[in-house]
Parts: sequence; structure tokens; C-alpha cells
Amino acid sequence: MSEPTQTRSPRPAALSSASDRLFQGLILLLASVIVLVFVLSLYQLGRESWPALSRFGLGFFTERTWNPVEGTFGAVAMITGTLVTSLVALAISVPLAVASALFVAEYAPKWLANPVGYLIELLAAVPSVVYGLWALFVIAPMLGQWQLTFFNPQTHPERVELYTKCAALWAENKTTLQCFFVPNAGGGRGLALAIIILTVMILPYTASVARDVIRLVPQDQREAMYALGATKWEVISRAILPYARAGILGGVILALGRALGETLAVAMVIGDSQDILKSFFGNASTMASVIANQFGDAQETLHRSSVVTLGLTLFVLSVAVNFVARLIIARLTPKGIQ
Amino acid sequence: MSAASSSPARRHALSPARRLQNTLMGGLILLATLLVVAPLILIFLYLLREGFAAMFNLDFARAREGLGAVFSGANLDFFTKTPAPEGEKGGGLANAILGSIEMLAMASVIGVLVGVAGGIFLAEYPRHPLMPTIRMVSDVLAGIPAIVMGLVAYGLIVLKFGFSGLAGAVALGFLMMPIVVRTTEEVLKLVPQTVREAGLALGLPKWLVTLRIVLPAAAGGIITGVMLALARVAGEAAPLLFTAFGNSAVNLDPRGPMSALPLEIYRGATSAYDENQRLAKAGALLLITLIFVTSLLARRASRRK
Repeated sequence: MSEPTQTRSPRPAALSSASDRLFQGLILLLASVIVLVFVLSLYQLGRESWPALSRFGLGFFTERTWNPVEGTFGAVAMITGTLVTSLVALAISVPLAVASALFVAEYAPKWLANPVGYLIELLAAVPSVVYGLWALFVIAPMLGQWQLTFFNPQTHPERVELYTKCAALWAENKTTLQCFFVPNAGGGRGLALAIIILTVMILPYTASVARDVIRLVPQDQREAMYALGATKWEVISRAILPYARAGILGGVILALGRALGETLAVAMVIGDSQDILKSFFGNASTMASVIANQFGDAQETLHRSSVVTLGLTLFVLSVAVNFVARLIIARLTPKGIQ
Repeated sequence: MSAASSSPARRHALSPARRLQNTLMGGLILLATLLVVAPLILIFLYLLREGFAAMFNLDFARAREGLGAVFSGANLDFFTKTPAPEGEKGGGLANAILGSIEMLAMASVIGVLVGVAGGIFLAEYPRHPLMPTIRMVSDVLAGIPAIVMGLVAYGLIVLKFGFSGLAGAVALGFLMMPIVVRTTEEVLKLVPQTVREAGLALGLPKWLVTLRIVLPAAAGGIITGVMLALARVAGEAAPLLFTAFGNSAVNLDPRGPMSALPLEIYRGATSAYDENQRLAKAGALLLITLIFVTSLLARRASRRK
């Protein structure tokens, strides 16, 4: 934090009265609600996930079947779905986000940098459901259309043949590498669409942290490089990015935290299927999407408890991820920007 | 920023490979920035086109027949009526608009009270032994997924009292808290230490200095923070799914199920009925406009400070 060192001037003891202590107590009491909410959340989630955890133990995280009818619950499919969507979206969005941050901080003249910065921040203000609506009504039909042309029997009979083969394999719940990138003939919903929309949604988080740390790079660094005859790109790649690397990493991990817990946009477009990674374009699910889609209908204790266990897992995961991100940002940018 | 790079003498000294690389990377960065900004513009244009017509029942398909045909069915039902029964035409989102306003108002009570107190605590009592804990927990809470907060509010309130607008408001309030804490702390730290010392030198107790001098000086920034927090949670549907639950009728009683704009957008967008999809698009336009206006106003206000 960039606070000046607080020097408390010593006061006569008489003035630090009972009213001061009362006020401090009141403020502390209200502020403690924050801690209370955290503890209550953990307690609540822990208590409700206990039936599932005590029944399945750690098997909950290694078992593949999620079948409410038979009463067996394993979270491998959702955990895989969450990790794959988040990590792939992160991999696509980080270069874009850093590039846009470089544009705003290094390339754009001031009259352009501010509006572009605004727009990127507004991207973070668009609600999840609105992203979901847009993805469903605009991108999904495009993907669906593309899949139709991809499987046009007139022009590509061999692709149709491959699809028929893969569809048979998928029906037996088998996965092969050959079939992984064969589109499902669905309406465009699925893993790929979820990744696309997640990519857009987490962009602004990395971008704004990256922009802030890039602006913190001392001007001397740049000038020294230019004085040696470096081009702009050489200054960026050898003086600015290495210097800002740690801060950017913190921003990336913050974005990862967002991606892991992102719910409705993903729940709307991912197709809600508990099969494990049949196809890149096929239906899947994430932990958050399963909570959104199933918690309301879960009548049986075990089903309900299993869904809450997914919530507990997300809770623990996001606490860990945020903790690491803050640690990195706090440690490696001494002047503190967050 | 880099006037040095364009000196003509050095331009000539550059090898073509280095110059090419420099131009190429500059182009790629510009391209990437366009790619980043494009979705926002596309979403907004899409919602303007579809949502505007949906909101006022305009019929742009008959634009060739003249303005009269476009406006023939125009009305304000969207703001005054509740959704029509499934499969029927007409109706609006009055239930959701009122529900959103009421829940956000209730959420603000929790968010502002706890958030501002937390911010005061972190900024004004930095030596208190509990300060690092509260700062860390508040940071961590900011990263908890909204849907998990919904599960928590479900367990704490809905299990005992049933689905209610109050439960939804509590979930939203919990989500607001950490945002308000952070902004309050930051603006309080911007108030110069000398101002506090001046107050103390007059013999005022610390609590009066905090309430009457420091807080008013930071009020603008705190209001900005609250507005940003409101803009942030106004769009959340996930924590409302199983707390406020939704209600197709207007309900102002916080003890009963209540609708909200993001909830109706979610239901409508995933519905098979055209009419529900129409309401969802109009609702999305309304919501996104409110959120954009709020955050732009908040940012403008904070920039002027």
C-alpha cells in the first residue's frame, strides 16, 4: 500500500476517552462481520457437503460416474470441465490481454488510450447472463452453421463418415484422440463455445492488472534501452515485459480465479452433460454449471450434498487461487498496485 | 512516450530484420487490441438492435411500409406488465425491475454498513492486531464465486425461512461487502494525515475526527465505490437462482420469492418461447445500459477527485 508512514502524534491520555473506545469497538464489530461471513460460509458448505464426503470420501474426486438415479456421485467430469475451460480460455486470453495492455500503456496516444482503457474495463462490467445470452443467440448459431458446412455430404463425404464412426464411439462413452476435434452435430453449444465466452469474460482482469504494472516500469528502463538504439519492440520485450512479468502473472492468476467460478454464461452454453471430454465441440459441464443446473432440482440428500461439495471445492479452490495471486502481486510489486 | 525511437539517423542504422520485427509486433498488438474490444461493441450493438425493438414492441421488419407500421404495436408494456403466461404474447418485466430495485436497496444496507466500517477499520486502525486478518479475509471473499455465495445464503436463510427476496439481498450484500471495503480503505488513505492531526489538535476525540472530518472528505470516493459495487452485483443472477428464486408476479414483500432482471434474462434466454426470448433481450438492454451508465458516472466522479 502506498500509504505514508503513519506517525501518531502522542495525545494526552485524557482525550482518548471512553467514546473513542466505544467507537473503535463498534467499527471492529461491524468489520468482524466480514470474517463471520467467511467462517459461516465455510461451516455451512462443510456441514452440507458432509453426507456426500462421508459416503464417498476422496473417491468423490476420483470417481467418473455422476448418476443421480443410481445415487453414485463422482466429480471427475466437472473438475475436468472446469480445468479445461479455464486453462484453455486463460491460454488464449493472456496474450490478447497483455497485448491490449501494451497498446494502452505504450503505443496509443493519450486521447486514444483512455477510451480504449474504458472499453476494456466495461468488458468486465457486462453481466454473466448477458454474455450467455449473446453467446446463445449470436455465436452458437454461427458455430452450428459452420458444423453444417463442415459435414456437408456433397463436398466432404469422408468427414461425414468419420462423424458416424465417432458418434458410435461416443454413444458407448468412448473417447479417442481422433474424434476429439470432430464437431458434434449439435446446435453449436458445448465446450468450445464455453471456452470462447470465458476467454472474453476474463480478458479485462488480466488486461487491467497488466496495464497497471506496465505503467509502473520506471521510465529509466525504457530510456536506457532506447539510448542503446533499441526498437520499440525490443524495449517492450527486453525491458518492459521482464520487469512487469511478476505483476502480470498475478493478474493472470486472478483471471484464473474468475474463470474457475464463472457460472451462468458457461451454464447456458456448455450443454450440461456429465460425459468426460468426448469432443472439443461436444457437451460438457463445469462445477459451477452443475451447481446452477442441478441444485434447484436435487431432491435427495446425497444428490444435494454432492452438489454442495462441488461448491465447497470451488470455495477452497478460489480461496487458494486468490491467495496466491495476492501474494505474488504484493510481494513482487513493492509499491503495491492492485 | 518514446520520442527517441523516431530519430531519423537511427532509423537508417536499423537492419531490415529488426525493423520488420518491430513493425510486425506493433501490428499484432494493434490487432489484438481490436480483438479485445470487438466483443463489447458487438454485444452492445446486438442488444441495441434487438433489445430496443423488443422493449417497445417495434416492428422493424415492416420498415418499408413507413414509420406508422414500425410503431403500430409500440407500447410501454415492458415497464408496466408482468410476463405473459408461457407461449402467449405480450407482457413485460415490471416484476423483475421492481424486484431488482428492492433487492439492491436491501443489499446496499448490508454492503454499505459493513463495507464502510471495514474500510474505516483498515484505514484508521492499521496497528490493530486484527487488521491483517480482516484485510486478508476481505480480499479472499472478493474472489469467492457468486454462485457459492448463493449456496451459502440458501443454507443460512432459505432452509429456515423459504425462498425470499431477503435471502437474495443478503447474498448480494455479501458480494458487495469486499468491494466497498477496498474502495473505502483506498479513499480514506488519500485523506492527508495532516487533516486528522489538525482535528486532533483542536482537541476532538478520534471518533469525531473520523466521522465529521475524514469521512466527509472521502465521501465522494466512497459513493463511487458503492456505485461500482452496485453495478457489479446488479447483474448477478447466479446467487439469486436458489435464494430469491424468481416470481412471475409483482411481489414487494421481502419474505416471499422475488424476481430480478438477471434472473428473467437467464430464464428467457434459455426458454424455447419467442416471447420469453424477446423479454430477455429487452431486459438485457435495460440492465447493461443501467450498469454502463452507473460505472461510467462512478468512474467520471472518481477521476475528477
